[in-house]
Amino acid sequence: MKHVLKDVESKFEMFQILNEDGEVVNKEFMPDLSDDELRELMRRMVYTRILDQRSIALNRQGRLGFYAPTAGQEASQLGSHFAIEKEDFILPGYRDVPQLIWQGLPLYQAFLFSKGHFHGNQYTEELQAFAPQIIIGAQYVQAAGVALGMKLRGKKNVAITYTGDGGTSQGDFYEGINFAGAYQAPAIFIVQNNRFAISVPVEKQTAAKTLAQKAVAAGIEGIQVDGMDVLAVYAATKDARDRAVNGEGPTLIETMTYRFGPHTMSGDDPTRYRSDDLDKEWEKKDPLVRFRKFLEGKKLWSEEDENRVIEEAKEDIKEAIKKADQYPKQKVTDFINYMNEELPLNLQEQLKEYEAKESK
Amino acid sequence: MAQMTMIQAITDAMRTELKNDPNVLVFGEDVGQNGGVFRATEGLQAEFGEERVFDTPLAESGIGGLAIGLATQGYRPVPEIQFFGFLFEVMDSIAGQMSRTRFRSGGTHHSPITVRAPFGGGVRTPELHADSLEGLVAQTPGLKVVIPSTPYEAKGLLISAIRDNDPVVFLEHMKLYRSFREEVPEEEYTIPIGKAAVKREGKDVTLIAYGAMVHAALKAADELAEDGIEAEVIDLRTVSPVDYETIITSVEKTNRVVVIQEAQRQAGVAAAVAAEIQERAILHLEAPVLRVTAPDTVYPFAEAEEVWLPNHKDIVEKVNQVINF
Repeated sequence: MKHVLKDVESKFEMFQILNEDGEVVNKEFMPDLSDDELRELMRRMVYTRILDQRSIALNRQGRLGFYAPTAGQEASQLGSHFAIEKEDFILPGYRDVPQLIWQGLPLYQAFLFSKGHFHGNQYTEELQAFAPQIIIGAQYVQAAGVALGMKLRGKKNVAITYTGDGGTSQGDFYEGINFAGAYQAPAIFIVQNNRFAISVPVEKQTAAKTLAQKAVAAGIEGIQVDGMDVLAVYAATKDARDRAVNGEGPTLIETMTYRFGPHTMSGDDPTRYRSDDLDKEWEKKDPLVRFRKFLEGKKLWSEEDENRVIEEAKEDIKEAIKKADQYPKQKVTDFINYMNEELPLNLQEQLKEYEAKESK
Repeated sequence: MAQMTMIQAITDAMRTELKNDPNVLVFGEDVGQNGGVFRATEGLQAEFGEERVFDTPLAESGIGGLAIGLATQGYRPVPEIQFFGFLFEVMDSIAGQMSRTRFRSGGTHHSPITVRAPFGGGVRTPELHADSLEGLVAQTPGLKVVIPSTPYEAKGLLISAIRDNDPVVFLEHMKLYRSFREEVPEEEYTIPIGKAAVKREGKDVTLIAYGAMVHAALKAADELAEDGIEAEVIDLRTVSPVDYETIITSVEKTNRVVVIQEAQRQAGVAAAVAAEIQERAILHLEAPVLRVTAPDTVYPFAEAEEVWLPNHKDIVEKVNQVINF
């Protein structure tokens, strides 16, 4: 008998461009980004780190609601997002609010989403995206549909979707990558492997050595990328996008990353399942530190640049939270009106009932 | 006019809308070249091409997700779930996702999806094919649930469902697929969703049913007429939302009601209908609202279907109880 598992697994080596010291170790795949674009990537990562810190603080003050911290995952989130175009469609998980923001979601709406206000999900026509998905993996089957629709329309666009390591255990994960493969639909499936699905380590999630290798079973390309290296994530996503719009089918990208914070701000305590040593090991890989070193070496980033972005972010956040705080409260009649295009009989009756209550 | 079975009328409705609207897509397991396991999509792929009518991989959640995604690109998906017993596999896509698209996005996205599925007992299927699971979806806000009982209505209701800009679950009782033919216009027409139909007029008792049970109720009404009891038969046609206007008008006339469903008794459509009647018309009632349902067991194995499924005799018995209360 010929056993191929080890052989197949050995082919999935982690793709990296910058090492932890910000040195280019894979020149061949260095993406073709201008100095301005490199600086913009750094600006977005710094801004998003500040947004995360402020969001955690605002949550603790009770001014925000549901919040899933993002620090540590900036390279995975923003590097992949940087490779897509304005007309591409994003299907995020609930930690993937930064990608929506950089695709054009106003900050105050991101805060309204966190507070649990439906206006946070009312996107303009220009923002091609679904609101963050709460059910783990459901966005994967939907991404296959968005991508098939783009293919049928003859668009040169992609659907990009995000889940985590835990998400790859879901049936919808397999159904999504398999459907997209069967239709050779232009989809990009990102798995941010931050090593823990709330508390369960990835080693307990699956016998697979990599999550990227799950692509093989679906007959699609899969790649494991250093998710703390923004250039590697960008390059892998750009390659996936180029192939997708060229009719070469979907790609599964596993980004090896880490969330520095808790799962969400709803009572999760990472010290129950993660060691200090592991935290420290991953802090050394901080995507911001690495990319900053790289840019400083090229004289493209300075402390003044950094401080300017921090101030810009703080100012924006202050304005946005003020707007979110003052936003009109939701009414039951709003909910009734957003259920259907035309109100069915039961809701017509209930609308009258609640209009009367609300006018008291 | 042509004589059509219900399955032919359903095919005709899909053909009509595939012709009318280039955004309509029909897909599911075996619906392409094979024309569906019940031949509901017979000839449609040959007529409209593989981009409009196509097979999917064998995964119901994937089919539901595909529909939701396709809608973002301006399509009007008409997915088939091969048997409604496979609802559990696609429950998240239907009840957790497409039913909430408009609400979740504050009206900026919607899911103009018609999920078609065969269901219903009496045709000796294996387990989890025949179950009446309409109650599970009828309880889900954001879904309309339509169950036709005749070929003519199947065509008109399915065209309405496909044109609806919100998700509709369209359930086709397997026993009715080929049980009889009737005149069905070849041209297009619609029947409004959410409107019941009075299938027989009567003054003594109101029988409320849907799907195959409409025919059991009509048979019971024939038998009751021989004893001088004139039963009015209402076909709900849509089990969510329910047309209480038609029901209450009838109850005010007959003062006696039996609600009939093929599904088990616990919760479900008949329970909701009975509750609404007593809230809206208790002073018009001369007797409690009784139900004819299947018992609260798992749907039986095929050989025992006849002893388990409600039939016209059960209906006659309950009518006699409300008449003699």
